[in-house]
Amino acid sequence: MAENTMRAAFPLSTRALFSRIGIAPLLAGLVLILIILAAVCAPLVAPHDPIYQNPIQRLKPPSAEYLLGTDNYGRDLLSRVIWGARVSLLIGLGVTVMAVVIGLAIGLVSGFFRLADAVIMRIMDGLMAMPSVLLAIAIVSLMGASIWTVMAAITIPEIPRVVRLVRSIVLSAREEPYVEAAISMGTSLPRVLWRHLMPNTFAPLTVQATYVCASAILTEAILSFLGAGVSTETPTWGNIMAEARIYFRLKPELIFWPGLALSMCILSINLLGDWARDVLDPRMGKRES
Amino acid sequence: MPVLDIRNLTVAIDAKDGASVVRDISISIEPGETVCLVGESGSGKSVSSLATMGLLPKGALKVTGGEILLDGEDMLKLSPAELRDRRATRMSMIFQEPMTALNPVIKVGDQIAEVLEAHTKLSNAESHARVMGILDQVGLPDIERVARSYPHQLSGGQRQRIMIAMALILEPRLLIADEPTTALDVTTQLQILRLIKDLQQKHGTAVLFITHDMGVVAEIADRVYVMNRGDMVETGKVMDILAAPKMDYTRRLLSSVPSLVPRPPRPVASERLALQVSELDKIYGGGGFLSKAATTHAAKAVSLELKAGRTLGIVGESGSGKSTVARCVMRLIDPSAGGIRVGGQEIADLTPRGLHPFRKRLQMVFQDPYRSLNPRLSIEESIIEGPMNYGMPRAEAVAKAAELLDLVGMPAGSAKRYPHMFSGGQRQRIAIARALAMEPELLVADEAVSALDVSVQAQVLDLLTEIQERTRIAILFITHDLRVAAQICDEVAVMKRGEVVEYGPTAAVLGAPRHDYTKSLLAAAPGRDWDFPNFRPVAA
Repeated sequence: MAENTMRAAFPLSTRALFSRIGIAPLLAGLVLILIILAAVCAPLVAPHDPIYQNPIQRLKPPSAEYLLGTDNYGRDLLSRVIWGARVSLLIGLGVTVMAVVIGLAIGLVSGFFRLADAVIMRIMDGLMAMPSVLLAIAIVSLMGASIWTVMAAITIPEIPRVVRLVRSIVLSAREEPYVEAAISMGTSLPRVLWRHLMPNTFAPLTVQATYVCASAILTEAILSFLGAGVSTETPTWGNIMAEARIYFRLKPELIFWPGLALSMCILSINLLGDWARDVLDPRMGKRES
Repeated sequence: MPVLDIRNLTVAIDAKDGASVVRDISISIEPGETVCLVGESGSGKSVSSLATMGLLPKGALKVTGGEILLDGEDMLKLSPAELRDRRATRMSMIFQEPMTALNPVIKVGDQIAEVLEAHTKLSNAESHARVMGILDQVGLPDIERVARSYPHQLSGGQRQRIMIAMALILEPRLLIADEPTTALDVTTQLQILRLIKDLQQKHGTAVLFITHDMGVVAEIADRVYVMNRGDMVETGKVMDILAAPKMDYTRRLLSSVPSLVPRPPRPVASERLALQVSELDKIYGGGGFLSKAATTHAAKAVSLELKAGRTLGIVGESGSGKSTVARCVMRLIDPSAGGIRVGGQEIADLTPRGLHPFRKRLQMVFQDPYRSLNPRLSIEESIIEGPMNYGMPRAEAVAKAAELLDLVGMPAGSAKRYPHMFSGGQRQRIAIARALAMEPELLVADEAVSALDVSVQAQVLDLLTEIQERTRIAILFITHDLRVAAQICDEVAVMKRGEVVEYGPTAAVLGAPRHDYTKSLLAAAPGRDWDFPNFRPVAA
C-alpha cells in the first residue's frame, strides 16, 4: 500500500533520479541553477537598481519594498546580492577555464619531458610556497584592479594545483604499454600526448575544476572584502560584506545575506564536485550505498 | 574424517537472479593431504577458496547453496566473530602477491606476533619465542634481523615465507594457498613448494593448493580437482589425472601445456640477418641533474644474432635484464653502449627523428593484453595508427586492418569495437595484428603469452609460428617460461644479472645445458619429469 502511494506521488523517472544521484547533489544542482539564473537575469529579477543611492531609506529593515532591507547608502540589499552573483560566477568560470587550459598544457609537457619537468616543477613549487591571497593581492596592486586583472591574479595561484594533477596522471599513463606501442609505431610525440595521454586527464580534471571554481569565487570575495578586488562601485559579495563590516553590530543581516549566498554557492559547487568524482572515478572515495 | 568437506557448494552473484559462478562442487581433504584445485581463469577456483574462508566480497558474491564443513563444523552457519576466530586458529590462507598481503609499515616480526596476540594469551617473551621458532621453521636466514625488517626490505621469496609463517603459527588444520608461487621465479618457487610440503608433513596440515600451473600440480599434489567455468570437471589421484584423464576438458588442458623437450630444429630458411646486437650495455640511474643515485648495470656486453624467419628466445628470471635488452632493441630506452643493427642498419645511436624511418621495421607485442591497447580507441583506430603515421591513406589502412584481423583469427565485425569487449587472448591477437600492420622485419614479444591461460597460450604460439612461416618475420621472444621457450624458439640465450651466460640452438641449451645456471633453471622447472601432452613421464 505504502509502495503504491510512493509510486503515485513520484513518477518512476523522478524516483530513479533520486535513488541514482542522491539528494545532496540534486539539491546542490538546484541551488546552483537558481544562482546562475539570478545572475544571468539580474536586470530582470532584481527589484531595484543595485547602485542607486537613496539617503532617505538608509539602513531600513526588510519590508515589502525592500525585501532584505537597505544598506547605509539606502541601496536595496537583495538587488545588490543578485547583481553580486554575476561577478562571482564570471570570475569562478573564467578562472576555471583559464587555470584548466593553461595547467593542462603545462602539465602535459611537464609529465612527458623530463628536462622541462625539472624546471617547470621548481617554478610551480615556488608559486605554491606563496599564500594564494597574498600573491593575488600583489598581482592586482601591480596591474591595477579590474575584473580582468582580478581574474588573472586568481588564476595564477590556481595553476600549480592543476599542473601537479595533470603531471601525475601523465607520469603514470606514459608507462602504459599502449603509449609505448604508439611510440614504436612512429607516432609523433605531440600526437602521443594529444591522442593517448590527454584523454586520461579529463575525468580527474573535471573534478579538480569544480574545486578550482569554488576556490576562485572564495578568493574573489576575499579580495573584494580586503579592498583589493574589483572597484567598490561594482556590487560583489565581498564588497557588500566589506561595506557592511562597520555596521555589523547595528545590522548583522547586511553581512549575513551575501555571506549566505557565497557559502551556498561554494557548498553546491563542492558537492557537485564530490558527486562528479564518485561517478567519474569510482576508485576514489566510493561510499557503500 | 576429512579436515575440509565442501558439499554441493553453489556461489552466485549477489543480485536478484544473479548468475551462479560456482555450481554444485564438492571437495574433501584428509589430514596431511595436499589437494590441488586447478583451472583456467574464470573457473571459480579462487571463489571456492574465498567462500571457505568466508572472504567472498560482500555485495558482489554470495553462497546460495551447500555446506562447508571444517572438522564437521559448518562455516556458513558461523557468526562473523566465530568465523574470524576459526580463520587463524583452524584454517589460514596465503596469497599470490605477498607484498600486498603484508602491511608495508609494520615490521614483519610484529605482524606475526599480532596473530598470536589476537588469538592467544601468551606473554611477550613466549610470543617472541614462538615467532622466532616459526621463522626458523620456514627456513629464513638470520631470523633476528628478518623479524626487524619491513616487507620491502625482503625479497619476494622471503616475503612469501613470512606469509607462510604467519599462516602456520597457530598450527591450523587447513592451509589454503591461492597461487602462492605464481609471482615468484622458478628457483624460488621450487623452494617454497618444498617448504610447504615439509611443514605439512611435520604438522599434518591439510593443504588446499590453488593453481593454474600443471607443473606445480605434478610437483606437489596428492589428489587433483579440475574446474572449468564454475563446474567440477574431474577429480582423482594426481597420477591418474596426469596419465589417464577421463574428461575431454582435462585432456585438452594437459595437451596445451608446452613440453620441456625442445621441438625438432627447423632448417635455416634465410641467411639474412634481421637483428644483430653487439656488446650492448645498459646502465640505469646515476648521473642525474641534481642527484647521484646508485647505478644498475642491467645489460652487460650482450651480443645476439637473429636471422630472418627464425625465433630467438631470451630466457631468465626477473631482474636478469631480458626486458632491458628488448626495450633497447625497440629503442624505447637508449642503450648506454654497443650496437643494434636491424636489417643491416645501425639504430643504436640514431636520434628520435633519424629513427623514425626504421621504427616500422621493428614492432613489439607486450605482456599485459589489458594495458597494451588504448581503451578509448576502437580496435581499428589502434591498428591503422601505425600505417597512417607512414603515409598510408585511411581507406587503404582500414582495409588492411580488416585483412589482418581476419589473419589473426578475429571474428568479422570486431574492427569497430573497443578493447574491453574482448578477452585477454583476443586482445593479444589484436596486438599482434597491430604490430603486423607495419610489415616489420622483426617482432619483439616481451612475455607476450605469460598472462594467458595455457589453452589460449597454445593458440597464440601457434598463430605466431604460422605468421612466421608465411611472412618470414624474425621474432625476438622474451620469456621466463622454459616450456614456452622450448616450443617456439630456434635459438635461446639464457640471461643472468645482465649477462648472457649460455647461448645456442634450443636443443643444445635446454636439452644439454652446460652452464650451471641453465642447469639450475631446468632443475627448478616444476613438473620437469612429466611429459604433459603425451600423458606419460619424460623418457630418460
